[in-house]
Parts: sequence; structure tokens; C-alpha cells
Amino acid sequence: MTTKLTTLTAVAALLAGAAAAQEVRVYNWSDYIDEDLLTEFEEETGISLTYDVFDSNEVLETKMLAGGSGYDVVVPTGSFLQRQIQAGAFQELDKSQLPNLDNMWETISERTSQYDPGNTYSINYMWGTTGLGVNIDKVREVLGEDAPVNSLSLIFDPENMEQLASCGVHVLDAPTEVIPAALKYLGEDPDSKDAEVIEQVGPLMAEIRPYIQKFHSSEYINALANGEICVAFGWSGDVLQARDRAAEADNGVTVEYHIPKEGALMWFDQMAIPADAPNPEAAHTFLNFMMDAQNMAQASNYVYYANGNEASQEYLNEDVIGDPAIYPDEETLENLYTFSPYDPRLQRTVTRLWTSIKSGV
Amino acid sequence: MRRLAVIALPYLWLVALFLVPFLIVLKISLSDIAVAIPPYTPTLDLSEGWAGIRDFLAGLDFENFVFLTQDSLYWRAYLSSVWIALVSTLITLAVGYPIAYGMARAAPEWRPTLLMLVILPFWTSFLIRVYSWIGILSSEGLLNQVLMSVGVIDAPLTILNTTRAVYVGIVYTYLPFMILPIYATLEKMDESLLEAAEDLGCSKIQAFWLVTWPLSRGGVIAGCFLVFIPAIGEFVIPSLLGGSDTLMIGKVLWEEFFSNRDWPVASAVAIILLLILIIPIVLFQRNEQKAREQDG
Repeated sequence: MTTKLTTLTAVAALLAGAAAAQEVRVYNWSDYIDEDLLTEFEEETGISLTYDVFDSNEVLETKMLAGGSGYDVVVPTGSFLQRQIQAGAFQELDKSQLPNLDNMWETISERTSQYDPGNTYSINYMWGTTGLGVNIDKVREVLGEDAPVNSLSLIFDPENMEQLASCGVHVLDAPTEVIPAALKYLGEDPDSKDAEVIEQVGPLMAEIRPYIQKFHSSEYINALANGEICVAFGWSGDVLQARDRAAEADNGVTVEYHIPKEGALMWFDQMAIPADAPNPEAAHTFLNFMMDAQNMAQASNYVYYANGNEASQEYLNEDVIGDPAIYPDEETLENLYTFSPYDPRLQRTVTRLWTSIKSGV
Repeated sequence: MRRLAVIALPYLWLVALFLVPFLIVLKISLSDIAVAIPPYTPTLDLSEGWAGIRDFLAGLDFENFVFLTQDSLYWRAYLSSVWIALVSTLITLAVGYPIAYGMARAAPEWRPTLLMLVILPFWTSFLIRVYSWIGILSSEGLLNQVLMSVGVIDAPLTILNTTRAVYVGIVYTYLPFMILPIYATLEKMDESLLEAAEDLGCSKIQAFWLVTWPLSRGGVIAGCFLVFIPAIGEFVIPSLLGGSDTLMIGKVLWEEFFSNRDWPVASAVAIILLLILIIPIVLFQRNEQKAREQDG
């Protein structure tokens, strides 16, 4: 009898302990963190961490708009964040719980306040550009030594694409990334909200469509790294991760990332706390942990994306802070453009355009 | 009383798992898109009693269904899904029937093992099995490497990211659903019927078409429906193996729901899909019933 009682008490104590232990659930992009940081967070704070990943803003947004996602921290891109704030998906940050806010970089905070005025709801995690990932040897083999690897004409000029098709081209399956670039190539305002201007992208894409092997937003990392494709229109850090994977595999594939000379989209992935987050306090702890200069540097050193944390810069590896593809110089920075969300009607036009680009219907 | 419970249980099941979700989707399909959580209006406000229900009903209209008729994308996607499902079903039948036949004619002590081999793939996640086809079909994949090393082809075949890969994926995934019902009917078959047919002057081929095939038709029809119905709405296989130009209604539905955040139109697409599927499902039910009556 006594043993039974003791066992029961022990179980009860365990249960109570489990209930008291804090937890936090984070939903972030795939291939976007040094996983050692997750263990460090758990060790340092004693909060148990669940880390899930997605590879498109649309999936995240649908979860946010459905409500009750169960996540405490999510990482939408700026233009998506803006719309989700309008829908009431996020809670204001309690800045008193975030002493590491002092580490943030004014230059980036100014730009992100375009999406989140006063940075009331979000903190920058990483930022980057959308540009060209090339398997340089294969591209030169196909297009010759003077292949325009640093120009949008590499993918938007049908003559180049016709030849590149033999070695494989992937393009992000994200209209909000590709359409601005196509508009830029056409000499239009990449952030245009004029349906007639945007429709011009249709004929342009129709010409290059036959030569695009796939529209996908994460497969190109591996495909570039193991030489299955030679060009990807993708996100800076993802291409640089492909470069590293190829180098590690030592498979004779050399991947380069180029910011197109015409200009590139500059995007910001923002950490925010859903309005119905079950553990807002632990969420703040997580944000503060990530804003620590050394932690943020560790994350950037691993994923090859620039971050919005100025204090982290002294801990960054030279191949990150010193690489103009990651931290662009002043001149390139001026050439970068940003993007704001479409209203629901235009969104439908754009999605329809995108479907017709991809499927020809 | 017990009798009532026995009858009520399946109906309860139907109401909870089919009718209620269907009504929710129907309700959403009749509302309007909005920037909100959840992203549509009107929502039913029961706290206002009858007035709430009246307001809710007043806000309903069929514009989302009308919208589907205005853009050729939707009917093309429906048609293309039906076509892909139909072709896949026929291929699955062509591959599955001989396998089932072979299993049913194998020595009795082998049959459990063969049956096990058909069921075994289900022990691995469906997603992983579809993923592994990427490794087989890609241009640097197993299939191309083998074919090239043997010297059958010089340049790698492009199979992955085309509609051909979707057929491969569907046929592979749904093959067991074709084999199992056919095997079940063939195994039950009385082999002395074949001997009788041959005694009466049939060749082996004639005996097959005159005796075996008609007797296995129940299994064939069941297998075809079990493949055709889920294949129409398939989303995972076309999105992993298919190319961007593979048009299937499952993908269109995904785009409406995720890219456009237009739950009302997405729901309308789903309702129409259901209506399309009801035709084969009703045929299937009737066929089952007929078979049961014949057996009885």
C-alpha cells in the first residue's frame, strides 16, 4: 500500500513538474537556423523548445489567419507580416521583456518599419536579397565565358534560357519574388500595383516558361549543390548554402550567388508573436535570446544571411560580413528595392497570372 | 433499443465526419473574402438569436460558384484531373490484374507471403515512398544511371517534374488497392469451372475471357473505383513529382486556399469536386449492392 502511495505521489509530482516547465513553439523557414542554437536555448533557459519549419509564406499566413496555430513565435516576410498585422494576427511586443533590443541595427529597423510601423509587432531575424544562383562552370560551358551571370537577362532573355534549359533552371514558386524582378527587367516599377503593368509579365514569362524545369521554393538548394540544375532564381542565403554543400561534398560543382546589376528585391523576415500564442512570456524569452549578439552571429554564420542585429557584426565570420553578396556595399544597397503587399483583388489577379505562367492555362 | 443503437451508430458517424464538415465548407463557400481571422465574412452570430441567423442568411450568395464558371482554369483542371485519374486507373488495372492473377494461382502456401509483399509498403509513410521516387526518376537518379550504364540511352530521360512522373506516382501508390480486391475475387473462384470450360472445347485464352474475367469483374470494378476516386483529388503526388504545368484540381484548390487566401472560392472548388465524385461513388455503391444481392 505504502509503495503504491509513494508511486502515486511521485507521478503526481512529475506531472506537476511537467505542467510547470515552460515551453515555446517556434515556426520558422526551413534550413534557416544553426540547430545547436536550439539546444543552447533549452540549456540556458530551461524552456523546452519545439521547432517546426515551412517553406512558403502562404502556408504560414494560412495558419495565422485560421487562428489557433499553437505557435508562439513565427517568422513571416515583411510584406506578409504587414497584412497579417492588419488582420489582427499578432500581439504587440512587450519591449520591457526584450533588453537585447539595443543590439538592433537602425539601418534595418528603419526599413522594416515600412511594414510594421515603429516595429511594434516584430523584430528582424534575417534579411537578404533574391537573385541568381549559378553553377558557374556549367553556365560558362553553355553560354560561353562572358555569360551574363550578374544580370536578370540570364533568366529573362529567351535566347539565354533556351541554351540553359539543357542544364536545368529552377525559379522560386513565389509570385511576390518573381513578378517584381520581371517588372524590373522590363524597366517598370517593381512594386507596381497597376494591374495593366503587372500583366506585362505574362508574355515575358510565357517566352521563357518552356525552358524552366521547375518552380519550387526549396528544392533548388540541393539541386544546385549536386549539379542537377545550373541556374536558380532564389534567395541569397539558400544559394550560399548550396555553395557550401557543394564544397563539402567536393563533387566538382562550384555555386555562385549574384545580385543582378539591374537591382534585386530586398526582403526582411520578421519574428513576431501570434495574438493567440499560448506562451507569450516564453516567446519573449526566445526573441531576446535570438537578439543576443553572439547567438545572432552564430545563426548568420550558419545560414549565410545578413541579420538586423548591429551588435552581432563583430562576431560574424569574415566570409559572411565580408561577402558583398550577403552584406552588400553602399552602391549595391541603393540598387535594392522593397515590396509591399497586394490588396485582395490584385492578389487574385496576380495568383491567376502566376497560375497561367506556370501551367499555360 | 439495441437495434436502434446499431442503426444509429453508422449514421452518427456519417453526420459527424461527413455531413457536419460538408456543411461548414458549404457555408464558407457562400461567404465573402476578408482581411480577418478567419479570412471570410459573414460568420454566423448565434448570440443574436434569430436576427443573427437572418443576417447570416442575407449575406449568402452564390457569386463564388458563378466565378468558377467564368474562368476556364477551373473546368480545365477538373477535366485534366478526371483524365489523369482515368488513365492511371487503366494502367493500374493493366499492371495489377496479372499480379493478382499470379497471386491467386500461386501455390496456397505461398499466398500469405505474396499478400504480405503487397501490403508491406504501407508500413512506410506514403510521403517517404513518393519522395523516394524523386531519387529514382530525377535526371541524375537511379533509373537514368542504370539505363545509361547499360547503354539503352545516351542522354538522361526527363521524367521527374512531368505528368509522366505523376502517372508513375499514382500507379505505384494505388496499385495495392487494385490488386487486393481482384485477388479476393480470383482466389474465391472455383478452378473446376476452368477445367469444365476446357473440357467443353475452350482454349486457355477463351476460358479466361469467358469464365475468369466475368467472375472477377466485381473485384475489377471495386479496384477501379478505389483507385479512381482518390486519384482525382490527389495533391501530394502532382506537387512532388509533377511539373509546374501539371494541372490538377488538388493543386488549384491549394492555390486558392494558400496563395489567394480565398477560402470562399477554395470551398466552392471543393464542393464542385465533391459533386463530381458523387457520380462514381453512387455507381460504386450500386455495383456493390448488386454484387451482394447476387451473392445472397
